[in-house]
Amino acid sequence: MPDTAAHTSVAEADTGRIDPVEEAELVEDELLVEEISIDGMCGVY
Amino acid sequence: MPAERGASRSLATEMKAGLDAPICLTWEMTYGCNLACVHCLSSSGRRDPAELTTAEARAVIDELARIQVFYVNIGGGEPTIRPDFFSLVEYAVGHGVGVKFSTNGTRITPDRARYLAGLDYVDVQISIDGATAATNDLIRGDGSYAAARQAMDHLAAAGFGAFKISVVVTRHNVAELDGLESLAAAYGAQLRLTRLRPSGRGADSWAYLHPTAEQQRRLYRWLLERPHVLTGDSFFHLSALGEALPGLNLCGAGRVVCLIDPVGDVYACPFVLHPEFRAGSVRDPGGFGRIWRESELFTGLRSPTSAGACSTCGSFDACQGGCMAAKFFTGIPLDGPDPECVFGHGELALAGVAPGSAPAPGPGHSRPSPVSVRLGRRA
Amino acid sequence: MPARTDEARGTFELANAYQLDDRVAIRPEPFGALAYHYGNRRLVFLRAPELVELVRILADHPSAEAAMAAAGIPDRRRAAFGRALASLEAAEVIRAR
Repeated sequence: MPDTAAHTSVAEADTGRIDPVEEAELVEDELLVEEISIDGMCGVY
Repeated sequence: MPAERGASRSLATEMKAGLDAPICLTWEMTYGCNLACVHCLSSSGRRDPAELTTAEARAVIDELARIQVFYVNIGGGEPTIRPDFFSLVEYAVGHGVGVKFSTNGTRITPDRARYLAGLDYVDVQISIDGATAATNDLIRGDGSYAAARQAMDHLAAAGFGAFKISVVVTRHNVAELDGLESLAAAYGAQLRLTRLRPSGRGADSWAYLHPTAEQQRRLYRWLLERPHVLTGDSFFHLSALGEALPGLNLCGAGRVVCLIDPVGDVYACPFVLHPEFRAGSVRDPGGFGRIWRESELFTGLRSPTSAGACSTCGSFDACQGGCMAAKFFTGIPLDGPDPECVFGHGELALAGVAPGSAPAPGPGHSRPSPVSVRLGRRA
Repeated sequence: MPARTDEARGTFELANAYQLDDRVAIRPEPFGALAYHYGNRRLVFLRAPELVELVRILADHPSAEAAMAAAGIPDRRRAAFGRALASLEAAEVIRAR
């Protein structure tokens, strides 16, 4: 489970056509929920 | 060809491409202020005769609620000097828009503190720029530290809970970071440090107020050890030093956040109050929503940018080239290095800027004479 | 004023029944949705439209597992979605009912 400190996911995978085996591996690693610190994104007080 | 939206794209990429509505935004509600801080990003002091009326402000809130902006960061100037300030706060929370407001504390009386303690969905942030009156008042004026502390005392006495203490990091208060941490701890408050930009009146003082390179490195290490200290994501340029600081580490201007100013003009962020970064007015047909979705300025900010002069530096991914406001008002090209680039590239760039050629912040609303703060009755 | 709550740790169970916390607003985005908790001020990204739909129907089913089946989540994604729901519970976006 992602920890509550803000972070961004690292991978920026290409979603070109992939075979089912690869796809299974990808979905296992899926990070479907990401929490982000909103203390104020840069640009707010 | 960029990957399709979805779990395969990093969050930062999603953010950079812009969201359908801001997550939150800054709303400067008035240019009036009863202080005259040396570095004021909005050059505040006198109210502008064209400031949004109460009805217009409510219409803005209605629009923000409609597009589901989750909360607004209200500031100014000093927002509490607007006679309709508290009613607008109530209107906002009543329509599903949370409120965090920033104040110098001079008008947070015990009664107001108790009132605020009873409001849900409202957060308060007290501005202070030093752990001592000596350091703080040099920037914010005689008596301003005492007034801020009094506001904190009133909030504590009223059982408000955790408010925020917000500090702009300067050359003079870097030495007081531990003291500020203790101050926040003593009140059960959250400490927030933000970056000084050469914006507004800050343009005049930035050269001697901004932290030195060594102080920045010290700040970075201090922050890394204290993930509970908030930064408003404003030090992402320091992430080039190593491990990324917590946060998105990117400029949210025009993509995730933006500014609505007291006369209803919409800017990319509060640090770029300049025609170059003005996207439109909430008084235009289509209002705020149309500006957010369609303005040329914001659309441009959402398209991928190149590393420009930073393309040969291996740290561009970490620092994103830094802060556009810092570059703009020091005369560095926007695809150049941040003036406070941790590797010193910014200093080199500054040396190449012709004296007097940096864009001027504009006339602003500063008052001509210095003020000192009178505590007590007048609220 | 902001609520200070302790984090739930490891309490998520697929067999339990859940619902969206009523202090949470969910805002659709092209990549899924943003969920903002007005009580604890936390913001969470839901990175798949299927997850958004799952969260939407959670309250209508006797267990998280049943909701996943009803939402048509394929078996090979169940682990990832289970982790997602656990994260959402930790962030107090969903809670056991």
